[in-house]
Amino acid sequence: MGESVIAFLETWSPIDIVLIAQNFDRFLWGALVTLQLTVISLVVGGLLSIPLAIIRSGNNPFLNAPVWAFTYLFRGTPLLVQTYLIYYGLGQFEWIRQTVVWEPILSQAWWCALIAFSLNTAAYTTELLRGSIITTSKGEVEAAKACGLGKWMRFRRIVLPSAFRRALPAYSNEVIFMLHGSVVASTITIQDLLGVGRWLNGRYYLAYEGFITAAVMYLIIVLLVSRGFRLWEKHWLKHLYPLDAVEAKPKKGLASFRV
Amino acid sequence: MSGTWVTIQLALISLAISLMFGLLGAWAKLSKNYLAQKTAAGYTTIVRGVPDLVLILLVFYGGQELFNSLGTATGLWDYVEISQFAAGAGTIGIVFGGYMTETFRGAIIAIPRGQIEAGVACGMNRFTIFRRVIWPQMVRYALPGFSNNWLVQIKSTALVSVIGLQDVVYNGFVAGKSTRQLFTFMFAVLIIYLLLTAVSDLVLRWLDRKYSKGIVRSDNG
Repeated sequence: MGESVIAFLETWSPIDIVLIAQNFDRFLWGALVTLQLTVISLVVGGLLSIPLAIIRSGNNPFLNAPVWAFTYLFRGTPLLVQTYLIYYGLGQFEWIRQTVVWEPILSQAWWCALIAFSLNTAAYTTELLRGSIITTSKGEVEAAKACGLGKWMRFRRIVLPSAFRRALPAYSNEVIFMLHGSVVASTITIQDLLGVGRWLNGRYYLAYEGFITAAVMYLIIVLLVSRGFRLWEKHWLKHLYPLDAVEAKPKKGLASFRV
Repeated sequence: MSGTWVTIQLALISLAISLMFGLLGAWAKLSKNYLAQKTAAGYTTIVRGVPDLVLILLVFYGGQELFNSLGTATGLWDYVEISQFAAGAGTIGIVFGGYMTETFRGAIIAIPRGQIEAGVACGMNRFTIFRRVIWPQMVRYALPGFSNNWLVQIKSTALVSVIGLQDVVYNGFVAGKSTRQLFTFMFAVLIIYLLLTAVSDLVLRWLDRKYSKGIVRSDNG
């Protein structure tokens, strides 16, 4: 039974499904590398972005300018070039190659990708968080001041929790963007999901199989992530939805009259 | 740096393609035709769900083989080679067409329905309504989203260097490798991209002011 299915697929399938199935464990490993790079850089970049966003939303010009320059540089240039700059570029300097971090970290493709991705997502997240921090309604901040909360307490208890929630929809885009951006890792020799696809195509001299498998797996991951974020938003942004959307009961009478 | 010119051409041509696909996609998504709606939905999901580099590689390597095996099967054309430029511009255009679809769809929805109905009442045909009522307002609503897409799109063109197109990244990399000064050259590439995005930012801001002239004033009044 199993053999006849395989024989059938080998004869009739336009793409070599059997070969994909045989190498599927490699694709899973690749997906794991992709997820690992994405998640770690999101965590590192996210942690970096919180103090940076607080600086950017304040009005101290000496602190603000360097952070602005950082986000402008990283948001204005391609992730590919940033990654090349770190992975290939740093080796140009003799003194960097002499340091202790060269051998274990800066000469390793994985670490370089992680550094580039973290800085990149930190820049985007900083601006995103800044946007939601400065749109915190004035009344909330004034109320907190009236209650005698200090500056840090205000940030910790009032501004940040509300800003995080309102940044959630935009942040889900950033997460997907980072997942898409992580394919850059495959160009500096890392065997991530796309790297495995390229390897398969190169090894068996194929044109579609590796890329299609990688594409389908990326699609699945993206759909899962965006579904997860939608559930998350439903939970954390419930207070911002109109009431009838929460109750989910269509109102009869005048209220249902649509203008 | 002739690569910079290649990058600019690539970005502009793919922009034209993405605008076309975006308008087409938005029209399909808002049409009453079930098939058009589903096709457009599938298109935007796939194109926005799969990383652009994967699609570029798929089109460049897979598309070539598919196209040629179609040619052999039908006997209509001989061996054709898809150039890196065509594969890159085409794929990036189609991918960002998906993002543009969403932007345009949102912009069209934002136009009050009454205005379109008023157009119908004035006896305008569908094309006139689009040109006179929808387009001028749609541009204004779509500009912020469009600006975002365009800035991401310029940066995406860097990926085409992976399939060997001699754009600014590729040239910078090769030059840096042969002179053993990769940092210097990659940093120059970084600055070129920064200039490109800065200039587009200025143009987009000017467009934004132009198209929202009457609106800002009424807000202040």
